[in-house]
Amino acid sequence: MSVTTKEKVLARRPDSLAPAVTHYCPGCGHGVLHRLVAEVIDELGIAERTVGVASVGCSVFAYDYFDLDFVQVPHGRAPAAATGLKRARPDLVVFTYQGDGDMAAIGTAEIIHAAVRGERFTAVMYNNSIYGMTGGQMSPTTLPGMVTDTTPAGRDPAEIGYPFLVAETLAAQPGAVYVARTRLGDMASIVKTRRALLRAFKAQLDGEGFSMVEVLGSCPVNWGMSPSEANAFVAREMVRHFPLGVFRDGPATPPAVAEADGGGGRGTGGNVSAARGTGAQRPAQEGTGRGDA
Amino acid sequence: MAIAATQAEPATEALLYKGNEALGEAAVRAGCRFFFGYPITPQSELPAYMARRLPEVGGVYLQAESEVAAINMVLGASAAGVRVMTSSSGPGFSLKQEGISYLVGCELPAVLVNIMRGGPGLGNILPSQADYFQATKGGGHGDYRLIVLAPAGVQELADLTGLAFDLADVYRNPVIVLGDGLLGQMMEPVRFPALRPAPDPPDWALTGARGRPRRLITSIHLAAEALEAHNQRLQAKFARMAERETRWEAVETEGARLVVVAYGTASRIARAAVELAREEGLPVGLLRPITLWPFPAKPLAELAGGDAARFLAVELSAGQMVEDVRLAVAGRAPVEFYGRMGGAVPTPREILEVIRRQLGGDGR
Amino acid sequence: MAEIHIQLDQDRCKGCELCVEACPRDVLAMASHINALGYQPVEVVAAERCTGCRACYVVCPDVVFTLTRAA
Repeated sequence: MSVTTKEKVLARRPDSLAPAVTHYCPGCGHGVLHRLVAEVIDELGIAERTVGVASVGCSVFAYDYFDLDFVQVPHGRAPAAATGLKRARPDLVVFTYQGDGDMAAIGTAEIIHAAVRGERFTAVMYNNSIYGMTGGQMSPTTLPGMVTDTTPAGRDPAEIGYPFLVAETLAAQPGAVYVARTRLGDMASIVKTRRALLRAFKAQLDGEGFSMVEVLGSCPVNWGMSPSEANAFVAREMVRHFPLGVFRDGPATPPAVAEADGGGGRGTGGNVSAARGTGAQRPAQEGTGRGDA
Repeated sequence: MAIAATQAEPATEALLYKGNEALGEAAVRAGCRFFFGYPITPQSELPAYMARRLPEVGGVYLQAESEVAAINMVLGASAAGVRVMTSSSGPGFSLKQEGISYLVGCELPAVLVNIMRGGPGLGNILPSQADYFQATKGGGHGDYRLIVLAPAGVQELADLTGLAFDLADVYRNPVIVLGDGLLGQMMEPVRFPALRPAPDPPDWALTGARGRPRRLITSIHLAAEALEAHNQRLQAKFARMAERETRWEAVETEGARLVVVAYGTASRIARAAVELAREEGLPVGLLRPITLWPFPAKPLAELAGGDAARFLAVELSAGQMVEDVRLAVAGRAPVEFYGRMGGAVPTPREILEVIRRQLGGDGR
Repeated sequence: MAEIHIQLDQDRCKGCELCVEACPRDVLAMASHINALGYQPVEVVAAERCTGCRACYVVCPDVVFTLTRAA
C-alpha cells in the first residue's frame, strides 16, 4: 500500500474482508454484498466475536472471503447451524450468508423457524432468482416468464407458481425484529443496503430477535446479460415482484399484543401494526410496488 | 459461556431409571449442556428429560422443526466447541444422515442416539435392530465410519453415553449410541457418576478470531488431491478407532462349541437362552459386541480358530450383524442366523430350540 | 479541490465495467491490455477530474479501488 499517513482514506478494503480474489463472475453482486457485510462488521467493531455460516450455492466459498471464523454447512441448513452456534455461545455474533436457492427452497423450514423462534442471529440473503452455481436453473424466486435451464419457455406461474416472497414471510413471524429487502446496482441502493445490514446486526447485538436482509442482486452470466444490463433488470423488473422496503422494525411482539395496543407504546410499532392490520405486509416501499398490492 | 454455576453433584446410589432418562442424565453428567431434538416414539422420554434437566445446569434444550434441523443445530453447537447431543428413532435418524456425514467431514464431535423401532417406512414403535446397517456402514454419503455403542441395559446405557462423549472428543468424530424401544422404555437400577463440568472449548472451536488467525470448519476440498488427502487422514483416524476402541463381552465362550452372537436387547434374550442351554449341559457361549463399529471381529476369529464349531447370530432384524459375523469367521465355521422382525421379540425358549437344533448330532 | 489518489489493484479487476458506468466524471475507462485474471481491467484516464465521490469503490464487486485524499 502506498497510502501514507498524510492522506485521508476515503475508501478501502474493510479489514473483515480477506484479500482473496473471489471466484464470482464479472459484475456479480456477491462481491459487493460481501464487502458491505464486512464493512458493517468493522464499523460495529465485532469482528473478533463474529462467526459466519456459509451455505451451499455460489456463496459456498464465502468463508474464504471473510477474515472471520466460519463454518460451512449443508445446503439450506445455515439457519439451523447458526441456531446451534448462537445458543451454545450467546456472546458470539452469528450470521448466515445464503442465496435464494439455499434459503427459499431447500432451507425454507430452517429459515422460517429461526424467525419463528426469534433466533438472535442475522440472515443475509442474496436473491438473484436463479441457481447460479449449478449453471442457471429455476429457483423459487425466478420471475414469471424468466428463461432458465429448467424453464426453457420461461417460468409459467400457472404451472409452477410465483416467486417466493421471503422477506414478507419472515416479517410475518413475531420473532423477527428486523426484516428488510433492498437491492444492489447503483450507489444509492448499495448505501441503503449497507444501512439495512447495519440495522440488522445491531438488532442482534441488542438481543432483540431474528434479523434478516434480503438483497436483490444480479446474475449476469446466467441471465445472459452484461453486468450493466443485469443491474438494470434488477432495478426495473425484479423490484416489481419483490418490493423494496423495511417489512419489520420493532420488538418481537405476539400479534395479539400488537392488535391490543394499537401500535402505541412501542417506539417503532407503526410498521408492525400496519403490516398486521391489513393482513399483508405493506411497507413503505422504495421501489415500484406490485401491481396488485 | 453462559453456564450457570452448578453445585457439584456427586456420584449417586442406585436409582431406578427408565432407559431413555438414564441416557439423558448420563449425558448431563458427562458435561453435555446442549440438546437439539424432535419428538418421535420410542425415544420421547429423552428429550423430555433434557427439557427439564438442562436448564438446571445452565444448559439449553431446544426442540427443532425437524430432525434435519436438529442435526444441523448440533453441527453449529459442536462447531462452537460444546458437548452436544441429539436423539431420534429410525425415520428421524434417516433424516439426520446428511448432517452426520457433514459432522464427520468437518471432524466435529457429537453424540447421536438412535432408539430403534420397527421399519421400513413408518413401521411401528416396537423394538427393532433393523438400523444396524445404517449405523455401522455409514448411513450417509461418503466414506466414513462412526463408533457405534450398543448398550444392553440401563446401567450400560448410562455408562456408554458418558464414554460416547469422551470418544467423540478424542477422535473429533460423532458417536452413535444405538438402543432400541425396549431398552429405552425399561426401568432398572442405575448408578450415575459425579457431574462433570462442561469442558472449555477446544483449540479448533469457532469462538471468534480474537488474537489469533481465523478458523474454518468445512468439509469441502475441491481438488482431487486435497479431498483424497482429507479422506486418507480420516481413514487413518478410523483405523486408530478400530485398533483401540473395539469392545465386547464374552460369556462362557471358552470351550464352547456353539457361540451365539447378539447385541443390545437381543443379547439379553440370548444370554438367558445360553444359560438355559448350559443348564442342559450344552457347550454354548455368548459373544456380545458392545461396539458394533468397530466390530469385534478378532475375538470371533479366534473362537472360530479354536473350539467353536458353529456360530449363531440372533438379531431383531432380517439379518444384518450376521454379515459382520460371517466376515469375521471367514468360512472357518458355519454361521447361522435367527431373527424376528417388526417388533416381535423372541423368547429364550425359542432361541434355546434353535441352539438345540444347531448342536444336534455332532454338537456335543 | 484536494487531490484524490486512486489506487487501482488492476490484477483483481474482472472487467465488468460497472465502475466506468458509475463514475459521474468519466475518470475511468477500460484498458487495452489483459490482466493476470485474463480480463481487460479498468484504468484511470483522467485522475484530475476525480472528486472522491467513492462511486467506483461502492459499485465494484472486486474491491479494486482504494481512494485517498491528500491531507
